[in-house]
Amino acid sequence: MLSVIFILILGITTGYLLKKKESFIKTADKLLLWSIYLLLFLLGISVGSNQTIIRNFAEIGFKAIILSLSGVAASIFLSYLVYRFFWKKNEK
Amino acid sequence: MKNSLIIILFFTVGILCGFYEVIPRIFIENDLSSYALYLLIFLVGITVGGDSDSWKILQKEKLRIFLVPTTVVVGTLIGVGIASFFLSGINLRESLAVGAGFGYYSLSSIIISQISGKTLGVIALLANITREIFTLLFTPIIVKYLGKLAPIVSGGATSMDTTLPIITKFSGKDYALISIFSGTVLTILVPVLVTFILKI
Repeated sequence: MLSVIFILILGITTGYLLKKKESFIKTADKLLLWSIYLLLFLLGISVGSNQTIIRNFAEIGFKAIILSLSGVAASIFLSYLVYRFFWKKNEK
Repeated sequence: MKNSLIIILFFTVGILCGFYEVIPRIFIENDLSSYALYLLIFLVGITVGGDSDSWKILQKEKLRIFLVPTTVVVGTLIGVGIASFFLSGINLRESLAVGAGFGYYSLSSIIISQISGKTLGVIALLANITREIFTLLFTPIIVKYLGKLAPIVSGGATSMDTTLPIITKFSGKDYALISIFSGTVLTILVPVLVTFILKI
């Protein structure tokens, strides 16, 4: 937990200090994308070789969609209230 | 959008490789270490810190701008919290962790599969991809009926990159900066909050 926050702050500070060096930021951005590709490829491999997940894929997918839609629906509803009371009032 | 497709492609090819056992197991289990994850989080930090625009908006908009990412966090966690009572085989803590991905499916699914196992990792991946796809598809409608903040909130952490173009188009340029700000705050929050929920 602490290490995640520490590494994140270290990264933000590094990025902030080196933001003038555009090539560095761009390289980090590309590296980020490729490490995401790699890690998801690896996640895919362990999912593909995991019989429990493969057999229950429909059920897992159903749970995922229900969770996603309820999270989105509740937050959009809340945003409607926030928009009405803090934004729309100030707009003509 | 292009990146999302590539990510899904890599994931799918990975599934096929795993299913047909193209790559030896030992190689996989040793490779997906927490060090790779730490590198990923470090890189996320660099790209956030190196993008100075989002910090400038803070001075222009007043404190109310913080309401936007707060709405995402509170709304999403309430929503998935309620949903968890209707779903079998997934408890409140796991639901909250999936929700706390806020659409950042790559990072959240990787962290979750490290801490809680592959099944929940896959749920997080699919749930958070769904969030992004939903925002890309339904932004025109939700702006019309539920206000200009709705797609920013729906997009969650993706409102700073993949869903930004469509949000800018339908909520207007004035909301682009709010969108970038909210997305940035949530991007920083995802690794912290997901780890916090699963480990406390």
